[in-house]
Amino acid sequence: MKRGTLLCSTLTLGAALAASTALAAAPKDPLGVVSIKGNQPIHVAYWMVVAGPDASLGIDTRRGVELAIEAKGGKVLGHAVKLTGQDTGCNAEGGQAAATKLASDPTIVAAIGSNCSSEAKPGAPILWKAGIATVSPSNTAPYLTDAKRGPEYNGYLRTAHNDKVQGAVAAQFAIKKLGVKSAATIHDGSVYAEQLQAVFAEEFKKLGGKITSQEAVAPTDTDMRPVLTKIATGKPEFLYYPIFVAAGGHVTRQVKEVAGMEKVALMGADGIFSTDFYKAAGTTAVGMYHSSPDFSAFGGGYKDFVAKHEKKYGEKPISAFHAHGYDAAMMIFAAIEKVGVKDKDGTLHVGRQALRDALYATKGMAGLTGTLNCNEFGDCADPKIAVYQTTEENVKKLNMPTKPFWP
Amino acid sequence: MLRRFTEHKTATDLIMWGLGAVLLGLIVWGSAATLIKGVYSGRQWLDFVIFGLAQGSIYALIAMGYTMVYGVLRMINFAHSEVFMSGPFTAYYVAAAFYQNGFLESHPFLSLIVVFLVSMLTAVLIAFLLERIAYRPLRNAPRLVPLITAIGASFFLQYMFRGFFGSGFQAYPVIEALEGHFHFGPVRVLKFQALVIVAAAVLMVALYQFVQRSRLGKALRSVSEDKEASALMGIDVDRMISMTFIIGGAAAGAAGVLYALMFKQVHFFMGFIPGLKAFTAAVLGGIGNIPGAMLGGIFLGLVESVGPSLFLDGLGIVAPFQLKDAIAFTMLVLVLIFRPTGILGERLAVKKA
Repeated sequence: MKRGTLLCSTLTLGAALAASTALAAAPKDPLGVVSIKGNQPIHVAYWMVVAGPDASLGIDTRRGVELAIEAKGGKVLGHAVKLTGQDTGCNAEGGQAAATKLASDPTIVAAIGSNCSSEAKPGAPILWKAGIATVSPSNTAPYLTDAKRGPEYNGYLRTAHNDKVQGAVAAQFAIKKLGVKSAATIHDGSVYAEQLQAVFAEEFKKLGGKITSQEAVAPTDTDMRPVLTKIATGKPEFLYYPIFVAAGGHVTRQVKEVAGMEKVALMGADGIFSTDFYKAAGTTAVGMYHSSPDFSAFGGGYKDFVAKHEKKYGEKPISAFHAHGYDAAMMIFAAIEKVGVKDKDGTLHVGRQALRDALYATKGMAGLTGTLNCNEFGDCADPKIAVYQTTEENVKKLNMPTKPFWP
Repeated sequence: MLRRFTEHKTATDLIMWGLGAVLLGLIVWGSAATLIKGVYSGRQWLDFVIFGLAQGSIYALIAMGYTMVYGVLRMINFAHSEVFMSGPFTAYYVAAAFYQNGFLESHPFLSLIVVFLVSMLTAVLIAFLLERIAYRPLRNAPRLVPLITAIGASFFLQYMFRGFFGSGFQAYPVIEALEGHFHFGPVRVLKFQALVIVAAAVLMVALYQFVQRSRLGKALRSVSEDKEASALMGIDVDRMISMTFIIGGAAAGAAGVLYALMFKQVHFFMGFIPGLKAFTAAVLGGIGNIPGAMLGGIFLGLVESVGPSLFLDGLGIVAPFQLKDAIAFTMLVLVLIFRPTGILGERLAVKKA
C-alpha cells in the first residue's frame, strides 16, 4: 500500500504539471493507479481452469476473451491488450494460488475469472486486496453476489447467471415437463454444487415434489455405486447432480449399473455441459438433461461469434460460457475506455477504484448473452436458462446440442 | 504383551486408548442403529460387499508394491502411485487404437490381454528405471534421503506423463463383452467387477506362490531378512532389489488396467488417491508383509464401500458418502493405536527388532 501511495503522489505531481498544459489530469485513486507507457500493452489476466479434467470449461471462456480482444482489433485506447493467465484447477486451493500469483503482478489492470465458484470464494478477496477487479464468466453460486458476502468481494462481478435462476429452472423442468414427483440430488461439496442442488431442492418441494435424499461425494471419488445404492433405497424418479466432469462422468456411467436406478431420469447443470463430459460419460450420457444458458436467446451477434470461433479454433464452442467470457472482456474494455486518462506523452492511467466503480456502473450494455446490467453486488447477467437433451450424435461427434429441449 | 503394556502406560497411551474406544463405540452404535432401521435390503448389502471387494482387490495389488519394497529396502516408495498411473495411461492409446479399427469388438479378450501386457510392461519399465536412477545411488544414504527422492520422483513422473499425454483425461472404450451382469442365485455381479476380483485374486496368489516357492523368491526373501548375509551366500543383492521393483511394477500395471476397466477415466494424476489408499492398506496389513498387504487392501475396500451406509448413516450424519476417505484413514488410526504393527505385522516386527 505504501508503494501505492508513493506512486499516487508522484502521479499527482505529474498531474499538476500536465494540468498546466491543459491536458486531462492523471487520476488520483484511493487504490492506486496503473500507468501504462505509450508503447506498453494493457495487461489483462485470466484465472481459469485450463488444465485437468475440467479444462473445457476454462478453455471455452478463454476463447471468448481472445475473440473479444480480436473484435477490438487487439487495441484499447490505442494500447495493445496483453492476455496472460493462471490455471485454477476448479478447486479452492487452485483459485487461491492463481489469485495470489495475479495479485503479485502490479501491471495487471483487471482480471477475468474464475470458472468454478470454489475458486472465486478464496480468490476474489485476494485480488481485491491488491486492487484488482475481476469479472467472472462462469461462477454461478449465489453466495458470490449475495448481500451478505462482505466487503472483501467488492471488486467481484460476474456475467454468468446466478444459480438462484438455474436451480429453479431445473426444478420447474422436472415437475412441469417431465412430470416427476420425487427426486434425489448429489453434490460434491463445492460451493457451486452444494448451493445449486439446495436451490433445486427448495423449488422442487415448493412445486409439490418430494426430495428422497440429498447426498454428497468428494470430487475425487471414483466409485459412486455405494452412494447410488443408497439413493436407490428412496426410489426417486429423477436424479439431479450439478457437479463437475470427473465425478459427473463416474455417476453417469455407474448409475445404470445399480439395481433400482435403471429408469431414473438424469440431469446435470452447466458445469458438466461440455464435450469433455461427453468423453467422460460416453454413450451413457445419451438422453440425459442439462440446464445451461440458452444459446438460442442470445443477442444477434452470437451467430457471427460462433462463425469466428469455428474459423479460429476449428471447432464449435466446447462448453457453455464462451459468450459470457466475451462479454466479461468487453465490459472490462468499456470500463477502461471510460476511466482511462491519457497523458501528453501517451501514458495511459487507469485508477483501480475508478475502474471497479465503472464496471459496477455498467448499465444497458448490449452483450452477446443479452443486456448487461450490474447490480450493487456485481450480478450483471441477463439470465436466460434452457434445458438441453444429449443425443447419440452429440456423444459420438463430441459436439454440443444447440437447440434447447425446453422451454 | 499385557505386561509390557502395563509397564509403559503413559498419559498419551491412555488418551489414545480412550480415543480408540470412543471411535469403536461410535462404530458399533451407528451400525446397530442402521441395522435396526433396516433401510437396506440383504441384496443391497451384498452389492456393497461386491463393490468393496472389487475396489479392495485393486488396492491390494498396488499395496503389494509398497510392502515388497519396504520389506527389502525399508523405505516407502512414494513414486509407486505413478508407476500405477503410467501403465493404464500408456495402454489407453493401444486400447483406443484397437477400438477404432474394430479389433476390440471382434477379439475382446485378445485385445484385453495385449492392453494388460502393454500396461504391465510400461509399469515394470518405469519401476525398474526408478530404482536404477533415483534409488540405487542413494542406497547407503540416511533413511530420509530416499524418502524425499521418492516424492521428487513422483512429481517428476506425474509431470513427465502430463507432458507426454496432456493434462486432460482419456476415457477407456467400453468393452461390450464386459457389460452386463452375472447372476449367481440371488447375487448379481457386474461382469467387469467379476473380472477385476478374479484377475486380482489370481495375480496375488501367483505372486505369493512365486515369492514363497521359487528359488528367486527364496533369494528375495533372504535379501529382505539380511542383505549382507545374503550377499555372502552368493545372492546378487542389486539384482534382487531390481526384481522387487519389477514384481511390484507388474502388479501395479495390472491393477491400473483393472482400475481403468472399472472407472474408465485415466489421467496423469489418477495414481495419487489410489496410491495413498494402497499405502494405507499396506500399513493396515502390516508393512513388509505380503499377505498383510492383500488383506489390508481388501479390508480397506470393504470398509470404504460398506462403512458410510453401515455406521455413518446410523449416526445420523448428513451425506455420509463424502466421508469415505475419512473412514479409511480413521481405520488406519485405529489400527495404529491398537496394533501398531498392522494386522499381520507382529511376527515380522519381532524378527526385525
